Amino acid sequence: MNESRKLIIRASVVVVGIIFLIKLLSIQVLSDNYRLAAENNIIQSIIEYPYRGLIYDRNGELLVLNNPIYDLMVVPMEVEVEDTSAFCSMFGIEKQTFIDNYNTAREYSVIKPSIFIKQISNIEYARIQDKLIDYKGFYISARSVREYPYPVLSNALGYVGEISKNQLDRDTTNYYRMGDYIGISGIEASYEDQLRGLRGVKKRMVNVRGVEQGLYKDGRLDTLSIPGSNLVSTIDLTLQDYAEKLLYGKVGSLVAIDPSTGEILSIVSAPSYDPNLLTGRKFSDNFQVLSMDTLVPLFNRPIMAMYPPGSMFKTIQALVALQENVIKADELIYSDGRLIGDLAPIGYYDVEEAITYSSNNYFFKVFRRIINQGVDPSPYIDARFGLEQWRSYVVRFGLGVNLDIDLPNPKSGYVPTVEYYDRVYGQNRWKFSNIYSLSIGQGETLVTPLQMANLAAILANKGYFYTPHIIKSIDEDGLPDTRFQVKHEVGIDSVHFNAVINGMQAVVRSGSGRRAYMPQIAVCGKTSTVENPHGPDHSGFMGFAPKEDPQIAIAVYVENAGWGARAAASVASLVIEKYLTGEVKRTWLEDYALKGEFLY
Amino acid sequence: MNRDSNILNRIDWLTILIYWILVIMGWLNIYASVYEEDAGMSIFDFSLNSGKQLIWIASTVIIFFIIISIDFQFYESIAYVLYGIIILMLIFVLVFGSKVSGARSWFEIGSFLKIQPSEFAKFITALVVARFMSSPGFKFNSTRQLIFVTMMALGPMLLILLQPDPGTALIYFSFIIVFFREGLSPLILIIGLLFVLIFITTLFINQLYIILAVIGIAAISIVFAEKTFKKISGILIVMILTIGVTFSVDYFQTNILKPHHQKRLRVLINPDSDPLGDGWNVTQSKIAIGSGQFWGKGFLNGTQTKFDFVPEQSTDFIFCTLGEEHGYVGTSIVIILFIFLILRIFSIAERQKSRFAQVYSYAVGSIIFFHFMINIGMTIGLFPVIGIPLPFFSYGGSSLWAFSILLFIMLKLDAHRMQIFVR
Repeated sequence: MNESRKLIIRASVVVVGIIFLIKLLSIQVLSDNYRLAAENNIIQSIIEYPYRGLIYDRNGELLVLNNPIYDLMVVPMEVEVEDTSAFCSMFGIEKQTFIDNYNTAREYSVIKPSIFIKQISNIEYARIQDKLIDYKGFYISARSVREYPYPVLSNALGYVGEISKNQLDRDTTNYYRMGDYIGISGIEASYEDQLRGLRGVKKRMVNVRGVEQGLYKDGRLDTLSIPGSNLVSTIDLTLQDYAEKLLYGKVGSLVAIDPSTGEILSIVSAPSYDPNLLTGRKFSDNFQVLSMDTLVPLFNRPIMAMYPPGSMFKTIQALVALQENVIKADELIYSDGRLIGDLAPIGYYDVEEAITYSSNNYFFKVFRRIINQGVDPSPYIDARFGLEQWRSYVVRFGLGVNLDIDLPNPKSGYVPTVEYYDRVYGQNRWKFSNIYSLSIGQGETLVTPLQMANLAAILANKGYFYTPHIIKSIDEDGLPDTRFQVKHEVGIDSVHFNAVINGMQAVVRSGSGRRAYMPQIAVCGKTSTVENPHGPDHSGFMGFAPKEDPQIAIAVYVENAGWGARAAASVASLVIEKYLTGEVKRTWLEDYALKGEFLY
Repeated sequence: MNRDSNILNRIDWLTILIYWILVIMGWLNIYASVYEEDAGMSIFDFSLNSGKQLIWIASTVIIFFIIISIDFQFYESIAYVLYGIIILMLIFVLVFGSKVSGARSWFEIGSFLKIQPSEFAKFITALVVARFMSSPGFKFNSTRQLIFVTMMALGPMLLILLQPDPGTALIYFSFIIVFFREGLSPLILIIGLLFVLIFITTLFINQLYIILAVIGIAAISIVFAEKTFKKISGILIVMILTIGVTFSVDYFQTNILKPHHQKRLRVLINPDSDPLGDGWNVTQSKIAIGSGQFWGKGFLNGTQTKFDFVPEQSTDFIFCTLGEEHGYVGTSIVIILFIFLILRIFSIAERQKSRFAQVYSYAVGSIIFFHFMINIGMTIGLFPVIGIPLPFFSYGGSSLWAFSILLFIMLKLDAHRMQIFVR
């Protein structure tokens, strides 16, 4: 019996030893988790936030710069606050907020710093800097937020904010972390990759109390932060400022382009807001107010608002008809008011005069010739071929397609397709008489102000355009993105433009666009009164100047402002004068445009 | 003949060798656990734990020579006297002791000398139990004597529990091994183990399942056992007792265990349940050991212990420093050394001719075994966090002295094993 007891005792010692050896094998050799957890314990990554790139206007004026701001960090394990209410009143927070923030931080880690109060301004920081020493466990971490010296261009510049959960999930590069700032709209979003730079990381070893114990691996893994690229915008700050002033108190858009390059000289979305509202700690409060505004100031109208093109579209109709050879430039077509409502006098019109007087009946007939070219005896099938052909031209003008500019989420507008009418009327159950309103730019066609400005540029260039863009150079002496260096031909021979351009000149000299007339500058334009089922018509104008060697192409929409001749043409004309001569002499027109109460 | 030169020849030098290896490894690890790179500390700096430990280590040599030069029969004869003294000291420490982290375990004499009587109570209890069990006429089937010897072990244990120092108290359960070897009925042991087993399983598994399983096992036993009244009633009594234990677990947990003990039990079951609170020690201890991987980070290159993530690094959690800096190689060497030492002590025990020496040697092996099992088990998450040192390894004068005395007395007795008949 003694022998077996002896064995049992010895065996149990060996068994305990074997259990220990197996357990140690599993945690020391077979698992890597403990090694990672150990590194996680001792390594504190100090993030060096890079400076976000600055944005200049085309003449070197600073549009966007950085402002230092401070985050209050907390290390829960070290916290010693004797007088919580004094602490709270120092930072202007509620006691409950203090408790909540502290608990959130504790849940994340007791030994690693996490953000306690975000975005303390420079002034506030100066006030608390000395007192902070009394509160153990709280540290300051410096960052920067955007500042805008001029309260203009808000929608185009966009804003920077904390990255959302969604964006974080979508980030495949794994660059962003919780709490990082990211460009949310405008240039800030579309040039995020260039502007953000590269974050630097310094790895330090810390002990359990967070006290630094030296470099991790002698700093071999540390990286320096690389500041973001500065951008040079195509915007002319003076012109932008002037254009925004003219559209103040109105709802609408203005886009001015240098037709020879596609550079956007000015882009206005009205009503606007001060971009400084969306920086710093008041971001969410202000954002709330702006997003509740019934006039939606955060809606970037020039690229997102869609309207029927109205009479401005007649320029395209004339060009397509000439290219398709269904009319001659000097061919006279009789137009009375019978086919469609018309304000133009009854008579014979050629292309130039039809544009000048904006004859609806002329373009009704021209469009009918484009649609019904007798390819098929059936008017239904013939219309299908006609519409297909017509649409292929219109799309090349950048309508119904995304222009691929360097601002986020531009709308494509709409140019109806054969399939669309098949859906609405049924296959082979529609013909020209169902779609004639397209002839005068009404009906289903929708365009954005940007697309109309681009149309003005195409007309100025007599047949080509560069995709409009708002950044001309990445870094001070760089080039714009390669996609903005490509010349797009629209497929209309340049000779066909002459008659249309002459007509547009006459529109301004003696037609509906007289308010845009200047004796010293030959402005070519076309007004548009966009029918609005919800209220007074919208006022539109599209044009370029000077006629020879055009330097500015422009489109203006003013909502609910009635005839295109009134609001839009005067605003466009003033902007053209300002850009080409540097000053505005026609103060009477300026007063008219400024005073015009077009806002409901 | 020259007695002193002879005794050195008769000492079991293999045990001494393992003892020294463990003590020196412990000392190096104590240095590593307090080492700070920039401070340029010396291992001999007497203001550090490593320097102080060196003094204790040196003094064990003196203790060794004192112990082996005293007549071997002295230890048997002085046992009851020492027992009386230590019981008094354990009572005094409850009154006059200074409170260190919630327990009155220490006598503080001056600022340097601190004595922990409960450490010395271990070898004294071993002596007195051995003395009692070696007295002529002692038999385990005498219930009176069984109760008496159990009370001998339980006495100091209860006093230590009052300090309260449940870790050190727990060590007194190691006498079960001694009793088992010396003839304690295995039935008592099996029933005891069964209750412990049921107690532990109740922590993991729903009570209801255990009760059903117990009833099931009882039913099967009745079917296959001889159908005598005695057997059946015996099975039924065991069944009812077992079910009683499962019910008592809940009561024990909520009413007897202190909240922090309950938490430690829960943390053992699932350390992730509270990784920053009560699970902290276990989690950090496992991280430190696990991060050593196969070869370890190298001597003085540990980060978890050095940067204070592991608590009590030079005493109760000294095994973490070893695991982190010397990896699986280091930990397995130490475990094998301990197993070897314990087995060596048990075989020394077996070769004793005197019953006193045999019982005492078994107590030595059992006490070291329990320390080894609980301390290392705790650092790798197999045992609840109970603060007891790793023998010969952990920093601390009382603990090193007590373990050395414990071991050296055994070696002294072993050296005289052939003289048993002289008496």
